[in-house]
Amino acid sequence: MSHFIDRLNFFRKTREPFANDHGEVRDESRAWEDGYRARWQHDKIVRSTHGVNCTGSCSWKIYVKNGLVTWETQQTDYPRTRPDLPNHEPRGCPRGASYSWYLYSANRLKHPMIRKPLLALWREAIKANPDPVDAWASIVEDPTKTKQYKRARGMGGFVRADWDELNELIAASNVYTAKQYGPDRIIGFSPIPAMSMVSYAAGSRYLSLIGGVCMSFYDWYCDLPPASPMTWGEQTDVPESADWYNSGYIIAWGSNVPQTRTPDAHFFTEVRYKGTKTVSVTPDYAEVSKLTDEWLSAKQGTDAALAMAMGHVILKQFHLEAPSAYFTDYVRRYTDMPFLVELERRDDGSFVPGKQLRASDFAASLGQDNNPEWKTVAWDETRDQLVVPRGSIGFRWGEKSGEEGKWNLEPRDADGEEIKPLLTLAGKHDDVAKVAFPYFGGIAHEHFDHVAGDELLYHSLPAKRLTKADGSEVLAVTVFDLMCANYGIDRGFGEEGEDDGATSFDQIRPYTPAWQEKITGVPAEQCIRIAREFADNADKTRGRSMIIVGAGMNHWYHMDMNYRGLINMLVMCGCIGQSGGGWAHYVGQEKLRPQTGWQPLAFGLDWTRPPRHMNSTSFFYNHSSQWRYEKLDIKEILSPLANPADYSGSLIDFNVRSERMGWLPSAPQLGTNPLRLAKAAEAANMTTADYVVAQLKSGELRFAAEDPDNPRNFPRNMFIWRSNLLGSSGKGHEYMLKYLLGTRHGIQGKDLGVEGGRKPEEVVWHDDAPEGKLDLLVTLDFRMSTTCLYSDIVLPTATWYEKDDLNTSDMHPFIHPLTAATDPAWESRSDWEIYKGIAKAFSEVCVGHLGEETDLVTLPHQHDSPAELAQPEVKDWKKGECEPIPGKTMPALIEIKRDYPATYERFTSLGPALGKLGNGGKGISWNTDSEIELLGKLNYVKQEGPAKGRPKIETAIDAAEVILSLAPETNGQVAVKAWGALSKITGRDHTHLAVNKEEEKIRFRDVVAQPRKIISSPTWSGLEDEHVSYNAGYTNVHELIPWRTVSGRQQFYQDHPWMRAFGESLLVYRPPIDTKALAGVQVESNGNPEKALNWITPHQKWGIHSTYSDNLLMLTLNRGGPVVWLSEDDAAEIGVEDNDWIELYNANGAIAARAVVSQRVKNGMAMMYHAQERNVNVPGSEISGTRGGIHNSVTRVCPKPTHMIGGYAQLAYSFNYYGTVGSNRDEFVMVRKMKRIDWLDGEGNDTVQEAVK
Amino acid sequence: MNYLNSLLFGLYPYLAGSVFLIGSLLRFDHGQYGWKTGSSQLLSSKHMRLASNLFHIGIITIFFGHLVGLLTPHWVYAPFMSAGTKQVIAIVVGGIAGVMCLIGGAMLFHRRLTNARVRASSSPMDTLIIGLLVVQVTLGLATIIPALGHLDGGVMIRLAHWAQSIVFFQGGAAAHLEGIGWIYKLHILVGLTIVLVFPFTRLVHVWSVPLGYVTRRYQIVRRRA
Repeated sequence: MSHFIDRLNFFRKTREPFANDHGEVRDESRAWEDGYRARWQHDKIVRSTHGVNCTGSCSWKIYVKNGLVTWETQQTDYPRTRPDLPNHEPRGCPRGASYSWYLYSANRLKHPMIRKPLLALWREAIKANPDPVDAWASIVEDPTKTKQYKRARGMGGFVRADWDELNELIAASNVYTAKQYGPDRIIGFSPIPAMSMVSYAAGSRYLSLIGGVCMSFYDWYCDLPPASPMTWGEQTDVPESADWYNSGYIIAWGSNVPQTRTPDAHFFTEVRYKGTKTVSVTPDYAEVSKLTDEWLSAKQGTDAALAMAMGHVILKQFHLEAPSAYFTDYVRRYTDMPFLVELERRDDGSFVPGKQLRASDFAASLGQDNNPEWKTVAWDETRDQLVVPRGSIGFRWGEKSGEEGKWNLEPRDADGEEIKPLLTLAGKHDDVAKVAFPYFGGIAHEHFDHVAGDELLYHSLPAKRLTKADGSEVLAVTVFDLMCANYGIDRGFGEEGEDDGATSFDQIRPYTPAWQEKITGVPAEQCIRIAREFADNADKTRGRSMIIVGAGMNHWYHMDMNYRGLINMLVMCGCIGQSGGGWAHYVGQEKLRPQTGWQPLAFGLDWTRPPRHMNSTSFFYNHSSQWRYEKLDIKEILSPLANPADYSGSLIDFNVRSERMGWLPSAPQLGTNPLRLAKAAEAANMTTADYVVAQLKSGELRFAAEDPDNPRNFPRNMFIWRSNLLGSSGKGHEYMLKYLLGTRHGIQGKDLGVEGGRKPEEVVWHDDAPEGKLDLLVTLDFRMSTTCLYSDIVLPTATWYEKDDLNTSDMHPFIHPLTAATDPAWESRSDWEIYKGIAKAFSEVCVGHLGEETDLVTLPHQHDSPAELAQPEVKDWKKGECEPIPGKTMPALIEIKRDYPATYERFTSLGPALGKLGNGGKGISWNTDSEIELLGKLNYVKQEGPAKGRPKIETAIDAAEVILSLAPETNGQVAVKAWGALSKITGRDHTHLAVNKEEEKIRFRDVVAQPRKIISSPTWSGLEDEHVSYNAGYTNVHELIPWRTVSGRQQFYQDHPWMRAFGESLLVYRPPIDTKALAGVQVESNGNPEKALNWITPHQKWGIHSTYSDNLLMLTLNRGGPVVWLSEDDAAEIGVEDNDWIELYNANGAIAARAVVSQRVKNGMAMMYHAQERNVNVPGSEISGTRGGIHNSVTRVCPKPTHMIGGYAQLAYSFNYYGTVGSNRDEFVMVRKMKRIDWLDGEGNDTVQEAVK
Repeated sequence: MNYLNSLLFGLYPYLAGSVFLIGSLLRFDHGQYGWKTGSSQLLSSKHMRLASNLFHIGIITIFFGHLVGLLTPHWVYAPFMSAGTKQVIAIVVGGIAGVMCLIGGAMLFHRRLTNARVRASSSPMDTLIIGLLVVQVTLGLATIIPALGHLDGGVMIRLAHWAQSIVFFQGGAAAHLEGIGWIYKLHILVGLTIVLVFPFTRLVHVWSVPLGYVTRRYQIVRRRA
């Protein structure tokens, strides 16, 4: 009762001695122990996870005590693996364990907020105009008013408002924008559905129903490796981390496994106990470098050179000198190596590799009526004749019934004869051709070493003489022979000294190990040895060699070269599709396992199709006016074999052409309001599509991208949720501030107009670029991120411990939930509830402005649809090279009926289109009526209103059930249907992969009870099986399902004209580009010396993925604010000591941060860990005069034309699958010690740093 | 004047004493997590070895000096020591301990005000109490000056009478201090105030001197509760 009275026990206190008086037993109160016990007592444990693009996707126990979340610990109840495989746990990391700090921190957003000037304007306007849409019009149509609130963005001044008022404002703004400019001027950005599928779907469903645009993220983040679609026709598919344990040899190439894949790293360690050798390739001495057996320190950005040299060794020793039987068989069956490529004659008598030959090139199309121009050909060794092997993409689409079922990898030709395609023509050749290849390794770069040489390399190749359909003769070579030559191997076909290739590894000729040493700095001996070990292991284990690769290498402008370098090594060694082998690219939580169940929910496909999608890199390059500063000339990246006259213009021109030809999507789409087109067409007595084609052709109507600075074409409204778009993912951050937001920025360079640079050809140039294009920026978040700081309206969302949702990853095969441990704190709401609220307000506000409307959507040629065969040749209708035909030579034009007042009812119910059109993905579809019926029973149906009778989707759990019921991965019955649908096209029965799980149905409450392993589905190329770990390409190799490429095999040779023109039809080493971000930037000296360093932004230890860097616990572990790492030598050169404040700048902007001086860092690079917020401990920049800047303040995106290709089999657009990517590693910054440390707060903490002596 | 005298030296001591005892008891029962020394040595240990030891040795000596000196009735030591001798011993021992305490205390006070980490983790009461203690020891040392003028021990005996009347509830305590030097009175008042605020400060750790350590055995096992 009383601690004091309890202590008054001197007379009865017994102290019994024991152990010869060394110890004593006491009889005293132990109540104090309860204090320690209570510390860990709790009321309940709830299962959730961290939805932040963390591939870890770990399940966590969230502890709740007295109604508050107190802490979290790792779940340890994952289903067990097989007896020969370690289990998945422990999964988790200190970053995830620190998350609960956010819930009740000062950084938590607690109330809906709006910037004061805007609220004042709104309240005034709504008083004068009772109709909210008119009220909004009265604000945005008055430039003096818009200026008031736009220039206040990022300048503080948030005030609390209530939900109803803000929902009405947002809805009014959306209605006004849709009515005035078109619904495609309403943009939404949210990334990575896999991290919280329902939350993503909430916003995207709303936007899709009203005709808004959902922006891509995987390509924008530069996590999308374009090399993957190029080679496999697959966005990204990788082995689960457990499969590392099946490997015999692992190279961690630019992937810092222990630091950035913490929960999975144990497999990497465990497999070493089996004797597996591990090797790391990183420029800096990263954590992974000290974990592995051997470290190769290649200069940053030169990985392709190292990979090519390794490929040189592998080809020479394992394919030519002593061919591995396994490798030879593998590449014959599973790659395009045996396929024939036409040689084009040049003026000087030499040749260049041209198109991969097709059936249509030969007489009678070799008997192929359907898609002969998409059926590749090979030479059959057995019958010594041309054959059309099955499996090329021409067999995938449009085969007559009865003729179907030939899209497979059986070694047969179209007629079913067994074939043995010839790999090399050596010995069977008719001629030896001198073939020219481009060489980029001789390009001089101030900061990168080169090996001088002619821009063309000549190799002698064995060639076959063939007669084409038109009677002309043509020389053809196999891809295998091309590859050997391209890797710089002289096989002795030509005259002595005629071939520029090498005959031994120590010659310094392109692509030998000795050559790469000059560029990468990796000793030739080490390169040869690792290549041999890698291939030797693969040979002996049938492909159990693996490369784990991280984002770093994919962030260079020529990332496809780096990646194809590794991919080629793996394919040449038969590692793809084999357990323990393959390409393990872990960048972003891209694997949305129940994808086909989620898509109808997320994009409203149950009501209207297609939704509007946009590739973000092109969007932001265009609409944040980054193109106005473009200094990269097309000539700098064009192949010396291409004619520059055919490729004129600047990067933005290529993007415009690409949009026009239907390759890439557009947003906003057309230079007019798409809601008005149907009426105009009716007035002109034409169909809408015909009307638009006529208008486009006459030039009266243009694509919005052709005049982005015209107010008609501005993106007007933007929603950002689950993202820090303007901060950590805001490449060209300062450009966004200036042009999209119209507020204070730090751009140091001048645009092309001021500089007198060459202007684009296709895009209208306005000397005065508009600033502040966005009328309304709404951000949903639970913390005050950089993006929130710049938004007009900030809506507080539920944290990951306060909502119900689903989560999957590529690192493990489980689906598991986020569940609400407590109700959303303060006034916050889940994303699902927030968008429901906005949809409701929209449905009310739109009445009188928007009713039932006809919208016109432009749709690019989609990958995995018949349209991917749209353009065997490149023809631009605008230039008169062909007619504009929607869906063929230009985007498809599709009319959609929208019922705007029914938006809310549609949002909250499952629409009828799913029943009519079925469900599907990746080129197959199936009837899903039974699942719709099931959902009606599970969620009940609407009793009244425009969606009467439809299954309800009221809550986030209802939405989760929609996903789980419709997806083959979580509903065995659907899986069997899906495999059956694929079987029809391949002609092989695949249903055996799922029949044993047909009755398995995973529901939301099941995954709440325990993470569940998903069911194998044709959406993915690996199997979820009791016998093998998930491995990409497994079903291609073992089920003979073709890759979704031109040849149906792994595609080494990219024969699209643009790929050839830009020199990348085959792998080459290309040095980083010169972004010229340092040229001509005039900044006042502060007296301290400065130095140019390469700008590297890797992933950090104390934030990003599983938590953010403004987390107090993580800040405490590092230096409490933004830091940049410098090497000791570079730091000494400019007089910087550890922890000094330094400043980094270039044309794009400036950053202030503290220096970490470390011998870990390679000379010549400055490393700033990705995603450090600008709101913690950031002083003002001396250069920009504004606060600090973030790592993206010195970046600007620079798109690559080859990523704009479309309508060409695997090179066809699909959301987050192909398109321009936001690379940023070729950038350089000037670094110097700061002088004035100005906190810009007038609190008297400003200091002056000692000058460098 | 008389009223004020008896208020401050007759009643205030009981008020201070009551708060001291009842406050300590309540805090012990209701604030176990705050019952601690509140050491900041972990945050900054610079000069702590010197400052803390000087201060603690000094103040413990002074404490027991006062306890014994003031509460021991005259007849106990009269047979072998005159009041004057006792006073000289008190001046010498108290003076040395006082200087130690002053130096240590001043260093600690300075540290608490100027060391950023210590300051950031200090409560207002932490700062107040070390300040009060430094003031008090300064006053105590200052009483030596007038005391040197009358080495017969008379004043000392009056002070002892006062203390004994308070402690042993003899009544009329305030009368013992009539006409005594203001410096003594000030010293007493500050001392009583320290007693008054004692339960609200980190001084409560004094109650928990780990005397048990002296007799405890090497290993202690608690019986199952």
